[in-house]
Amino acid sequence: MSVIYILLAISILVAIIFFIAFVFAVRNGQYDDSYTPSVRMLFEDEIVKHKTRKPSKSKKD
Amino acid sequence: MNHKACYHCGDDCEQHPIIFEDKPFCCQGCKTVYEIFTANELGCYYDLQSSPGAIPPEIEGKYDFLDNASIGDKLLEFKDDNLQIATLYIPHIHCSSCIWILENLNKLNGDILSSQVNFGKKTVRLTYKTDDFSLRQAVELLSSIGYEPYISLESFDGKSQVIDRKILYKIGIAGFAFGNVMLMSFPEYFEVGEFWLEQYKHTFRWIMFAFSVPVVFYAAQDYFISAVKGLRAKLLNIDVPIALGISVLFIRSTAEIIFDLGSGFFDSLTGLVFFLLLGKFFQQRTYSFLSFERDYKSYFPIAVTRISGGAEEPIQVYEIKEGDRLLIRNQELLPVDAIMIKGAGMIDYSFVTGESAPVLKSSGDKLYAGGKQMSGVIEVEALNSVEQSYLTQLWSNDVFSKDKNALFTNITNKLSKHFTIVVLSIAIISAAFWLLTDPSKAMNVFTAVLIIACPCAIALSAPFTYGNLLRIFGRLKFYLKNAQVIEHLSRIDSIIFDKTGTITANDKSEASYEGEHLNAEEEQLLKNTLRGSNHPLSRSLYDLLGEHDIVTLNSFEEQPGLGIEGSLKETSMKIGSAKFVGYKPETTHLNTSVYISLNDRYKGKFTFYNSYRKGLSKLFNKLGDDYKLAVLSGDNAGERENLRKILPGQTKLIFDQKPEDKLDYIAYHQSEGSKILMVGDGLNDAGALAQSDVGIAISENINVFSPACDAILDASNFNMIDAFLKASKSAVTIIKWSFLFSFLYNVIGLYFAVTGRLEPVIAAILMPLSSISIVAFTTVATSVLGRRLKHKKEIIT
Repeated sequence: MSVIYILLAISILVAIIFFIAFVFAVRNGQYDDSYTPSVRMLFEDEIVKHKTRKPSKSKKD
Repeated sequence: MNHKACYHCGDDCEQHPIIFEDKPFCCQGCKTVYEIFTANELGCYYDLQSSPGAIPPEIEGKYDFLDNASIGDKLLEFKDDNLQIATLYIPHIHCSSCIWILENLNKLNGDILSSQVNFGKKTVRLTYKTDDFSLRQAVELLSSIGYEPYISLESFDGKSQVIDRKILYKIGIAGFAFGNVMLMSFPEYFEVGEFWLEQYKHTFRWIMFAFSVPVVFYAAQDYFISAVKGLRAKLLNIDVPIALGISVLFIRSTAEIIFDLGSGFFDSLTGLVFFLLLGKFFQQRTYSFLSFERDYKSYFPIAVTRISGGAEEPIQVYEIKEGDRLLIRNQELLPVDAIMIKGAGMIDYSFVTGESAPVLKSSGDKLYAGGKQMSGVIEVEALNSVEQSYLTQLWSNDVFSKDKNALFTNITNKLSKHFTIVVLSIAIISAAFWLLTDPSKAMNVFTAVLIIACPCAIALSAPFTYGNLLRIFGRLKFYLKNAQVIEHLSRIDSIIFDKTGTITANDKSEASYEGEHLNAEEEQLLKNTLRGSNHPLSRSLYDLLGEHDIVTLNSFEEQPGLGIEGSLKETSMKIGSAKFVGYKPETTHLNTSVYISLNDRYKGKFTFYNSYRKGLSKLFNKLGDDYKLAVLSGDNAGERENLRKILPGQTKLIFDQKPEDKLDYIAYHQSEGSKILMVGDGLNDAGALAQSDVGIAISENINVFSPACDAILDASNFNMIDAFLKASKSAVTIIKWSFLFSFLYNVIGLYFAVTGRLEPVIAAILMPLSSISIVAFTTVATSVLGRRLKHKKEIIT
């Protein structure tokens, strides 16, 4: 067998893996809300910053 | 004195802000929320966005019905022994701070395991333990921090909302196949007759075939279904030539690879379906947080308090029977027609009529469903069940079950009728010509014509133009139900306005004073007396009067349903109804008035009337040139003279119109061939909005509810209606131009097809090129349109 068949099989397989990943992403509802996650991903930092600031605040009080 | 904005909600704190930790608050409620947040390490709420909050509402007892398992469970998505999941709609969600605070609810109450916000839909999904927490407590917690969920009869009935993700799968499959087929077909475009290619081309071709099968039979199935439906109804819609093109592409390509005649057109086929689906997706996206299908169910509460044998119990509104005693609290809505039994009724019918001034009712008066109690608690006796109420019966009218688009042929389908016939004739004539000269090429030419003339670009013009304009309108706070509305708008020839709440502003009422002049001291007493009263008329009169120093009154007394009385030094003042101040008006007036007497001597009265919206007269003058105008009002003719002065002469003014009258009026003019745009706001316009060709609901606050309609327009942009209508017309012109462009592409393609020289590579270049250039053209043209609209808005405001 020529190597081109193996290459074809591999390339299609890789493509299909990505396609399946897409289908799973849609099925899990990842495309239902396209706005909130873009805001949410920025929040993790905010909470940490807030917590580190907190002790100095309580001292003032 | 400097007025400060409340640190929590951003409202004007007026003269007396509550200062707490150096921050001004407009009321105790806002301060309390701030305290809750800072005590729970959630002060960051105010850093993300300034003044993001809302004043927490008074909710005492309001949500007790959620403890009733038969009612509360209907709102749950999931329930087991100690865990529940519920999704609540919260209209106040509007910024990143909202998302942040709602997703950190577990800091406020440990029983909440997780909370997830969907910003587009304005919902929060709560998962909580039920050991010592309940849905009622969750709702009360949300309300206490200013995020009161909106629970209506609608959330009770329709729980099974299945999200349709089919279009995403289809785009995924078509895009996946398109990309891969492109790669496979490239070698044969350029290396014809090369040795190794000859060896492997069959493999490549069959792989392309395999990729195309799901595209034709799954991703493109809607086009076949729609084409068959159209043909059955004897309509040549745009999907007929598309379906024809797709099937010819697939059959000819398959035949070519079976008989080794060529590489087929699989790349064009998958690309075509992919672009078409993208267009569909683009047109489908609308505003998920707005609902255009509302009926009374979205206004009505789920439960109401029934008094039976001295005990109060929450019951479902569907369980209300004639003769039931009901308890209606402040800010609650009457779900049925009823007779007032006890208490002072201040009924706001703005949901129903658009009139915002509340109506005074005393015991024995008849109350209609849809009214909202504005002060204190009242007891009423139900006259009938929910389904039989005056308001709910309006919905049994046929117009609400009619689909406006069913009988409408849009511009694309209109063109498609001629297009399909022309393309088929060209295909047959050229095939006949080749049959006579070179029969071997006849079949080739026939299929090539159908393939290259597949109206992909035509089918894409409208979705992209409308879809883009829909978003531009949305940015200007004009929200359309779907893209089709734009085309309906472009064909309007007469416009009908409702009066109250539509061409008048709800929040700004004006009052004129008639009677003896009030001196500064008397006005000060008036203002200070009004200060103590929570009556809506007192509040608006208070706001209208100039500023005065605050003084402490010697006495103050409020008599519910009659008026208020205050005294300072030797003067006492009565403010209220004519009877209360001891005045007999000579003529009965049509307008709402507040009478004033000083030391039991009649002084004068303030008459309230709604002010007309800014720029109304200008708007009507502009519209008057191109459209027939009319004002249909449910009110009496008291404002006729006033309106005559403001509006252009040819405007028809019709008063005393019941909801059905408005509907009939529109239906009558439609039967004469008019295309009618109805602009309204209250539930009493719902029938007219549904009957008209386009119904626009005007809303002061788009999160608050507006009746079923085709479009919702924020009241602040009311005077842009003419600009929106003009833009819709331009959109149709843009589409016509893009039709012309796609014809040019078709002529070039047909030249290759008719002469029998259509190579796959030409199809593969020409078809995507035409689609992409049409999309680019419509996008650029609508953006120019949008910029012009924005510019116009800046001029107006």
